[in-house]
Amino acid sequence: MADTARDAPPEQTDFHELEDGEELFPEPATTQESQPASLAAEDISTNSNGPKQDSLFDDDPEDLFAEATEEVSLDSPERDVLLSDGPSPAITPITPPTSVITPRIGHTHDDMFTHSSFDEIEEEEGGDSFDIHISVSDPEKVGDGMNAYMAYKVTTKTSMSLFKRSEFAVKRRFSDFLGLHSKLASKYLHIGYIVPPAPEKSIVGMTKVKVGKEDQSSNEFVEKRRSALERYLMRTVKHPILLKDPDVLQFLESSELPRAVSTQALSSAGLLRMVNKAADAVNKMTIKMNESDAWFEEKQQHFENLDVQLRKLHTSVESLVCHRKELSVNTAQFAKSAAMLGNSEDHTALSRALSQLAEVEEKIDQLHQDQANADFYLFSELLGDYVRLLTAVKGVFDHRMKTWQKWQDSQMLLQKKREAEAKLQFTNKPDKLQQAKDEIKELEGKVQQGERDFEQISKTIRKEVSRFEKERVKDFKTIIIKYLESLVQTQQQVNKNISYIFHYN
Amino acid sequence: LHCVSVLLTPRAVNVDLQTDAMLQVDISDALSERDKVKFTVHTKSTLPNFKQNEFSVVRQHEEFIWLHDSFVENEEYAGYIIPPAPPRPDFDASREKLQKLGEGEGSMTKEEFTKMKQELEAEYLAIFKKTVAMHEVFLCRVAAHPVLRKDLNFHVFLEYNQDLSVRGKNKKEKLEDFFKNVVKSADGVLVAGVKDVDDFFEHEKTFLLEYHNRVKDASAKSDRMIRSHKNAADDINRIASSLYTLGTQDSTDLCKYEQMLSLDFTRSCLHKIEARIAADEDLKLADLLKYYLRESQAAKDLLYRRSRALVDYENANKALDKARAKNRDVLQAETSQQLCCHKFEKISESAKQELIDFKTRRVAAFRKNLVELAELELKHAKGNLQLLQGCLGILKGNT
Repeated sequence: MADTARDAPPEQTDFHELEDGEELFPEPATTQESQPASLAAEDISTNSNGPKQDSLFDDDPEDLFAEATEEVSLDSPERDVLLSDGPSPAITPITPPTSVITPRIGHTHDDMFTHSSFDEIEEEEGGDSFDIHISVSDPEKVGDGMNAYMAYKVTTKTSMSLFKRSEFAVKRRFSDFLGLHSKLASKYLHIGYIVPPAPEKSIVGMTKVKVGKEDQSSNEFVEKRRSALERYLMRTVKHPILLKDPDVLQFLESSELPRAVSTQALSSAGLLRMVNKAADAVNKMTIKMNESDAWFEEKQQHFENLDVQLRKLHTSVESLVCHRKELSVNTAQFAKSAAMLGNSEDHTALSRALSQLAEVEEKIDQLHQDQANADFYLFSELLGDYVRLLTAVKGVFDHRMKTWQKWQDSQMLLQKKREAEAKLQFTNKPDKLQQAKDEIKELEGKVQQGERDFEQISKTIRKEVSRFEKERVKDFKTIIIKYLESLVQTQQQVNKNISYIFHYN
Repeated sequence: LHCVSVLLTPRAVNVDLQTDAMLQVDISDALSERDKVKFTVHTKSTLPNFKQNEFSVVRQHEEFIWLHDSFVENEEYAGYIIPPAPPRPDFDASREKLQKLGEGEGSMTKEEFTKMKQELEAEYLAIFKKTVAMHEVFLCRVAAHPVLRKDLNFHVFLEYNQDLSVRGKNKKEKLEDFFKNVVKSADGVLVAGVKDVDDFFEHEKTFLLEYHNRVKDASAKSDRMIRSHKNAADDINRIASSLYTLGTQDSTDLCKYEQMLSLDFTRSCLHKIEARIAADEDLKLADLLKYYLRESQAAKDLLYRRSRALVDYENANKALDKARAKNRDVLQAETSQQLCCHKFEKISESAKQELIDFKTRRVAAFRKNLVELAELELKHAKGNLQLLQGCLGILKGNT
């Protein structure tokens, strides 16, 4: 039973568990975050026939965010309240947005985000052009010892009416980002949206920083993380639905943010999540879905292949980066050695030539270093991002399977109840019969809901996948061009140095 | 073959019209069999003692070593820098790679396999060329030396068209060698401590010691640098393969692009650049440094022999004084002393000339190679820039 009216704006911003007698939260899901202990309670959803530990399938295997099941309730009146202060869900004519994003100074690698466009979104909720740019900067160590943390400045520049101001900044720490992802994942993953994964935790990396080790490797770590956080935010806001999520808006705008404690690796909530995840993995293997749509099967296979290849490519690129760094060290060492050799030689012309060789080699060494860095940040990071993104993509497909399973389970239960009711017809137990009839009525609704959910998630996934592929193509092409351009630059500088030495002789 | 001409700069030699007949040696051909290399040594000469004016023989590496060792052991040549022996041909690594490739043939595409085979074959060929050059340089150095060129063993080596039956050293002989070296280095330390009255030699000793160590260091570091380049080149190849596979499996939008990336960008552009630099450095730097490492060692050996002779001479003087004091075996002591004196002076005289020539050769070789290296780098730098810009154009046009 297709509910066409409801289908109009398929992108919902918030959903709530609709349980009998339960209080409907007027607020977005933030409050759930601050009660880690109560997650256990929320896991119990009596009207779910799926596996009890039906936690969300998470994108990042290391990401310990398993939230309680939230059923899609599209009849919630609160929905309208919770829709952001954007325009109403009615379809309004869309003007194709022009990308008006100024490239950021000094961060050439972020230009990959300037080419996005919104033309693929058919049902647009507003006429705002996509004009938002987020930068993560100024990492600052706050506190001392093991309780210390890095605070990052998150600056947003935008002309969209979604926001109260056109330029604003807030301070956030890493766990805030994780908390944001956690909320978004809990709201959107299970209905088919590919929620970009947050950067990975790194106990080793952070410990070094906390302990106060101010060396090159910890600086590199901070820079790597800063860059990753920036890419994460930009990816998130590029998603037309996620951009409008109140949690995202709050993250970007509000000066104070409640601490996301349940993101800690070793909290009780964290452990609970791990258990849920394990159970989940087992259950996933037992679902045998009758795939009626070849598109999904094909796409799933495609993403499996892509995953394998991207991981291989990522490994090779990381290896190249490592060897280039080695090369730069070895070149520098050779340069010094050649200079020493030149000093030994008491024939002045030769000694001069050798010293110049040493000089040039040293300059080339510096260029190699820069090139190694360029390689790293551009290509390797992008590949890493996509390897993680693919996990989210695969997760979304898994959710579809689970949705299907739930629907099937409801159907089977309905069948059973109907049979039971039929039997009861012949007994003289009017109350029991009435109860059975009530249950059947409820189950019928459930079955319909299940079918709608399944169709909905299938539809959403199709759109998401299309969007994902478009983005992937764009990102890769842009990165490669950027990389080549930096290589050209490097080569030009090398050439300059070489002709300089040549002139001397 | 570059190395050859580099290391043989003409030097001021007393032209002896009688003996300075033409003697030209080269390696005209070489054959690589499973575990040995056969060099065809070709000689052109007007020297009277050869039966013909032009002839060739086939020699293996062991025979070159035999010749070198015979020079070292010859007391007559104590006052010369003995041209360093060529290193053993080493194709093990290359053969192993080719074998591995053969085993893994099934697991890669035909195109990939062909490409990799070509690369490995080129590598094999490069190593082969190098070993031929090293062996040739040795022979040419000997042929250019006014005294060594007359050596009988050398002539036998060049002319005798049968196998010289120079078997490799057995265990006992290798052990003997080992002990000899131990004694020599211990001795060398003692001898090195003896301060030389002669300023020239004292200076040379200090210089050579330092120079040898620094060349050793530079050679090792240049090898490491080239190794890193080769590693990077290998990585680039792997990236190219991954991209190609992606290109065959991916959705249509990226398919062609990825294949293009694999071929035009990674293989033809990135890999070429990396391989070029590695080859340039290898050709002009690595071999040069390695050679002068060996030759500076040979020069050190010469100084050692001279010091040894000096010590012997001084000991003989002391013995003579003692004999005269005791008035016993005076004649014997006098003869011995005269012999030592003669030996020492002979060595000193030729050693001086040898060391001066060594310097001339060395300076010329380094200058030539450095200039050629710079020229190559400049040429390739321009080429690389063009490659990159071309590639950029292709990719941008495709976006």
